[in-house]
Amino acid sequence: MTLVPIQLYLILGAVLFTIGAVGVLVRRNVIVIFMSIELMLNAVNLVFVAFARQLQSMEGQVTVFFVMTVAAAEAAVGLAIIIAAFRNRETVNADELNFLRW
Amino acid sequence: MIVLGLGLLVMLMILSLAGVVVVGGIDLAGLNLGHVVFALQASLMILSALGVIVNRSPIRSALSLVVTLFLLAVMFVSLDAHLVAMLQVIVYAGAIMVLFLFVIMLLNLHEDRPAMVRPGVRGFAGFVGTLFFLGAVHFVMHPLGAAPGAATVPAGFGTIEQLAEQLFTRSLLAFEVTSILLLVAIVGAVVLAKRKLA
Amino acid sequence: MHAAATPVQFLWLIPVLPALGVLFNIFVGPRAGRGAVNFVSPAAVGVSFAAACYTFMRLLDLPHGAALVQDIYPWITAGAVDVHVAFHIDALSAVMILIVTGVGFLIHVYSTGYMHEDPGYARYFAYLNLFTFSMLLLVMADSLPLMFVGWEGVGLCSYLLIGFWYEKEANASAGKKAFVVNRVGDAGFILGIFLIFWSLGAGTHSLRFTEIAASASKIPPHTVTMITLLLFVGAAGKSAQLPLYVWLPDAMAGPTPVSALIHAATMVTAGVYMIARLNFLYILSPTSMAVVATIGALTALFAATIGLMQNDIKKVLAYSTISQLGYMFLGVGVGAFGTGIFHLMTHAFFKGLLFLGAGSVIHGMSGEQDMQKMGGLRAYMPITFWTFFAGTLAISGFPPFAGFFSKDAILGAAYGSQYGSVSLWALGLVAAGLTSFYMFRLLFLTFFGDCRVDEHAKHHLHESPASMTMPLIVLAILSLIGGWIGLPEHWLWGDRFGEFLAPIFSGAHVAEHVSAGTESVLMGASVVVAAIGFGVAYLFYLVQPGLPMLLAWRAKGAYNLIFNKYYVDELYDLLFVRSTVALSTFFWRAVDGEVIDGVINGTASVVNANGSLWRRLQTGNVQHYAISMLLGAVVILGYYALR
Repeated sequence: MTLVPIQLYLILGAVLFTIGAVGVLVRRNVIVIFMSIELMLNAVNLVFVAFARQLQSMEGQVTVFFVMTVAAAEAAVGLAIIIAAFRNRETVNADELNFLRW
Repeated sequence: MIVLGLGLLVMLMILSLAGVVVVGGIDLAGLNLGHVVFALQASLMILSALGVIVNRSPIRSALSLVVTLFLLAVMFVSLDAHLVAMLQVIVYAGAIMVLFLFVIMLLNLHEDRPAMVRPGVRGFAGFVGTLFFLGAVHFVMHPLGAAPGAATVPAGFGTIEQLAEQLFTRSLLAFEVTSILLLVAIVGAVVLAKRKLA
Repeated sequence: MHAAATPVQFLWLIPVLPALGVLFNIFVGPRAGRGAVNFVSPAAVGVSFAAACYTFMRLLDLPHGAALVQDIYPWITAGAVDVHVAFHIDALSAVMILIVTGVGFLIHVYSTGYMHEDPGYARYFAYLNLFTFSMLLLVMADSLPLMFVGWEGVGLCSYLLIGFWYEKEANASAGKKAFVVNRVGDAGFILGIFLIFWSLGAGTHSLRFTEIAASASKIPPHTVTMITLLLFVGAAGKSAQLPLYVWLPDAMAGPTPVSALIHAATMVTAGVYMIARLNFLYILSPTSMAVVATIGALTALFAATIGLMQNDIKKVLAYSTISQLGYMFLGVGVGAFGTGIFHLMTHAFFKGLLFLGAGSVIHGMSGEQDMQKMGGLRAYMPITFWTFFAGTLAISGFPPFAGFFSKDAILGAAYGSQYGSVSLWALGLVAAGLTSFYMFRLLFLTFFGDCRVDEHAKHHLHESPASMTMPLIVLAILSLIGGWIGLPEHWLWGDRFGEFLAPIFSGAHVAEHVSAGTESVLMGASVVVAAIGFGVAYLFYLVQPGLPMLLAWRAKGAYNLIFNKYYVDELYDLLFVRSTVALSTFFWRAVDGEVIDGVINGTASVVNANGSLWRRLQTGNVQHYAISMLLGAVVILGYYALR
């Protein structure tokens, strides 16, 4: 296969990451915030795979494997927390879930 | 409306996947078909990512995320990461996103009111995000570290055998720890989410 | 003073037994019950008395002027200081330990009866034992520092026991007053010790009495005068002489056995003991001797005049004590050290007896102390009356009671010694007359005449129990025969007491130019004066009871002055107390309250404010945290990008 210059993949990864970051900061629905986080993780995955290809090493792909696993675990637990918080406050508005406020 | 849009999206995905698989090595002067496919994929991906954060309905955001993940899987294929691409589809798009959808439906979430997007922060967050992006680009163009590697990859790169070999030898400890992590996550999720018996 | 010192191993028993009593009373006492405490505390002192007797016997076996010593352990060894905890029993100390443990034992027994219903009896006996321990340390010490430890210890116990019933503010204040005035004296004492140490010059000093005696002649005369005067300030504080006597009348707020033991028999005599102990220093300074004698005589007279008009039975005895202490200082001041100690001993007997008798009266009167509400008590309390009568005869100086011999010896020394003078003798004589008068006044008002007791208290009038009357009887016997060991030279066996103590004072070559004839005249004068005092009292209070009131009305100014104790307390309050209290209040409110507390509270509030400011970062909103994280990442990227 023809090689697209790696920089393009990296820039694409940066774009996706930034979009995800802005989404985390801007949206108030915690589910959407969570999904933005997943987006960020995937951007990172893309970067890892690109570098694995670049540096001819399988380590990058193994890392992606682990990232995926951890993301799965994190999603499960995080959504369980959201459910529990929802039961408490009847809302998924991030502003209202400020239990750790001073 | 949604159905049409989704259909269009799926078509595009299939097209790009085909393009990646088939059109591979033809080297036209100047513009490479691989480049074109890449450009298509990239723009679609950016559009669907924007869809994730822009949509007012959480369901639509979730579905946009699914599209993004699929496109990402395609991109993995073009990077010779076949197993990872499959895992992406099966695990990420197939399991995690399904979980998200379950939760959204469980909590019976409707469209977010317009107030669900913070007004003042929007500009600031966009600004900070842009700065971040520029910083990242800078380091892409002027890398701190090593020069790019070879153009071709060894045979069998990205297949199950190679991944497994790496996973079960050099990354064995991480593998075991991750399995424990999964166990912990299972227990934690069950405990957190279950209703207390009255 | 060249004394042969014989080391022995048993001296520590004497002070340690009361110390064990203290521990028992503190830790076991409240739980062990009255019976156990009533047994253990007097027993501790009683066994200590037995040990003291044994020590005395051993001392008699030794040649004249020898001493028993025991070194316990080296206490302060640093640089030029080498002080040991060690005991030194010579004739003087032997007399003192016998008095302290003997009279102390009797008073402990008395207390078991007197303090019978008091809830704090274990605490009382703990303090009493602690006092005995400290006093024994004082008289058995072989060096000035250890003596000072005992000195302070008895001061502390005095404070604790005066304010024993501390729930009443007046009692607590009396305790404080005693302690503070004592402290003024102690300042002089400490300065004296420092001056001695400094004037001994180079080399290591142990401040043992023997050592100081050996080097005393090398100290320049003015320094010696300074030292002895400073030490006398300490003695004046502890022994209630002018001008530091004001605490003793107030000290009557404590239980009566305490007044008997501490403020009559033992603690207040510590000053006299100290001067006797350091006689070799005082002899070197005729100026100090004169000061001591003069103050002693003046105090004797001054206190006697105040005692004339008091209505509280204990206050009369308190002023009487001050007066008698003045006699003791007069004795040592004119160089008759042994005589001063002799009077110390007889005074311990009869003043202890008088206080215990007063306690018996107060006990029977259910707490009443005003003599104007007594009268005719001899029908109700015969034993108390007869023993009290014996004490009165003794203190007034009627032969053959003890007081006659000791007081007369002092007056004779005041007249005839090279340090004495006729005026000193005259002061002492007048004071003796006044003593006789006010003591018989007390006797008549309390035990004779019409019974002016309240109806309510009359029902409870009773003789005291055996635990209280037995010590009275013993002390009465001692008040009679106690003086017989110090007879004038040509009578029977002479002055055995003085001969016993003579080696201690061998450095003091005091000449007494009194012929036998003059001596008889002086003795006669003493008896006559005592009889006059008796007669006037008889007239005023038995024959013509209205006469005192008439005289008081006629000489109203003088009467008021003396009745109000010459307004000395008020004067001190004006001069010293008010300014000190104002200064203390300033330091308390302004310095401690505002400045120091302000700094600490201020620090806390600054920390608090700072925290309040920064905690607003914790909004609880995760997105706020996320944006700051992103900002941080941007900053780091920017830093590396722009480098």
